[in-house]
Amino acid sequence: MNHVVVEVRDVYKRFGNNVILDGISFQIRAGERAVILGRSGGGKSVLLRHLVGLVHPDSGSIRLFDQELVGLKREELYALRLQVGVLFQGAALLDSMSVYENVTLGLRTHSDLQEDELRQRADAKLAEVGLPGIGDAMPASLSGGMRKRVGLARAIAMDPPVILYDEPTTGLDPVMSDVINNLILLYGRRPNVTSVVVTHDMTSAFKVGTRFLMLHKGRILFDGDAAALRACADPRIAGFIAGDAEALDLLR
Amino acid sequence: MIVLQLFGALGRLILRRLEHLGGVFIMLLQVVRGLPRAGRYAGETVEQMHRVGVGSMGLVALTSVFTGAVATVQARYQFSNLVPDMFLGTVVAKSVFIELGPVLTALVVAGRVSASMAAELGTMRVTEQIDALETLAVPPTDYLIVPRFIAGACMLPAVTACADLLAILGGWIVAVTTLGVSSQIFISGLRTFFELGDVFGGLIKAFVFGIVIAHMGCFFGMATSGGAEGVGRATTRAVVAACVLILLNDYLLAEILSRVVFA
Repeated sequence: MNHVVVEVRDVYKRFGNNVILDGISFQIRAGERAVILGRSGGGKSVLLRHLVGLVHPDSGSIRLFDQELVGLKREELYALRLQVGVLFQGAALLDSMSVYENVTLGLRTHSDLQEDELRQRADAKLAEVGLPGIGDAMPASLSGGMRKRVGLARAIAMDPPVILYDEPTTGLDPVMSDVINNLILLYGRRPNVTSVVVTHDMTSAFKVGTRFLMLHKGRILFDGDAAALRACADPRIAGFIAGDAEALDLLR
Repeated sequence: MIVLQLFGALGRLILRRLEHLGGVFIMLLQVVRGLPRAGRYAGETVEQMHRVGVGSMGLVALTSVFTGAVATVQARYQFSNLVPDMFLGTVVAKSVFIELGPVLTALVVAGRVSASMAAELGTMRVTEQIDALETLAVPPTDYLIVPRFIAGACMLPAVTACADLLAILGGWIVAVTTLGVSSQIFISGLRTFFELGDVFGGLIKAFVFGIVIAHMGCFFGMATSGGAEGVGRATTRAVVAACVLILLNDYLLAEILSRVVFA
């Protein structure tokens, strides 16, 4: 069995009076493609942000590569983050930078690569995501799908062993969603690469996931593989998978 | 019951304000700690200096020339025929170097630069660009905040020095062309009572105001939440806070400088 990469233990988080995470615990092992499911506003993205130390829990423990994130010094946290790539929901490309500068930002800061090597690396990553030759374009001139793919090129620029995807297909047409799904699979199938995907797009989830965790009311309602998820008799889960409006009351 | 609720609301308000104040000081501390690493993002600093300095010059020039002109007209009116025209240059220069130059320049630049910094950083905050920097292990303070502080602190004295010259020029033009004061008399009054300490004191004020402008723009920008509405709110707050703090610091600096530099 592969080693544990992410360990979440008894994590509580509330914003004001809203309990977002209510004592959840799980582990993700190297090589897994874990999909975190749940309704919009259910705390999936907040949970994902906990995994990279962007949000800290009110109580509980988050361990990444066996290092406790809570209370970690800034330098140590940054060193750990170099092993994690994040694709944000809106891609979060820096508007003031070209595509090339966005993709190489991490490398420029944390490596001694020369300008021509950086350019080669960026060109290679952009070609991998199907966008060769757009290095000099500005983010504002790109479509939603292109922005997502540039965001992915930036996330994988340093070949991190863990990649986090926050709603990777939201706002994309079905064809572009499938392109993104294929890229998630492409990187997720590389040896010892761990993927964590937050989504409520079930087509995407079943395509990329090997393990599924469903969040409901701040707790994990389901944890298992695709077959178990499809066979689950819980009306809340079945209704969510089917996209059944009648499940809305059950999921409130 | 109502009294308890009132006390509760008052307590929450005080706590929020204290939290705010704490955030302001923490940012200042983070900037001081980030200064030794400023060279790593020199390109960003130069870009910000260009925006704060060159970008503000047009508006500052216009304001300064008219300020000098109005100061001259008002001084002449106050003098009536009781004070010799020679003192016109003296009064205009003193008021511009010590007070009008630094304060009006700072207020004009605050309206432009604090707003722009708050809007830019606020938009970056709500579109997760700042989180993206964090995940790439690029410290947002070093990359975004320190360059803006350096730009504000360095460029405001430079812009103020230009504003001083332009205000004097505006005053001279009005004195010579519309008030019938000879150029020689105006300049002689200006030179006779000129003290370098006045200019220096004004530039010290400008240095502090530059930091205030960048600080408020960055603080409210980084604290933005809630989408487009939040960005608008942050922008307004940044400008209002910068203007209030400029006037407050102007008084405090006037007290200090009057004992140290202008004494």
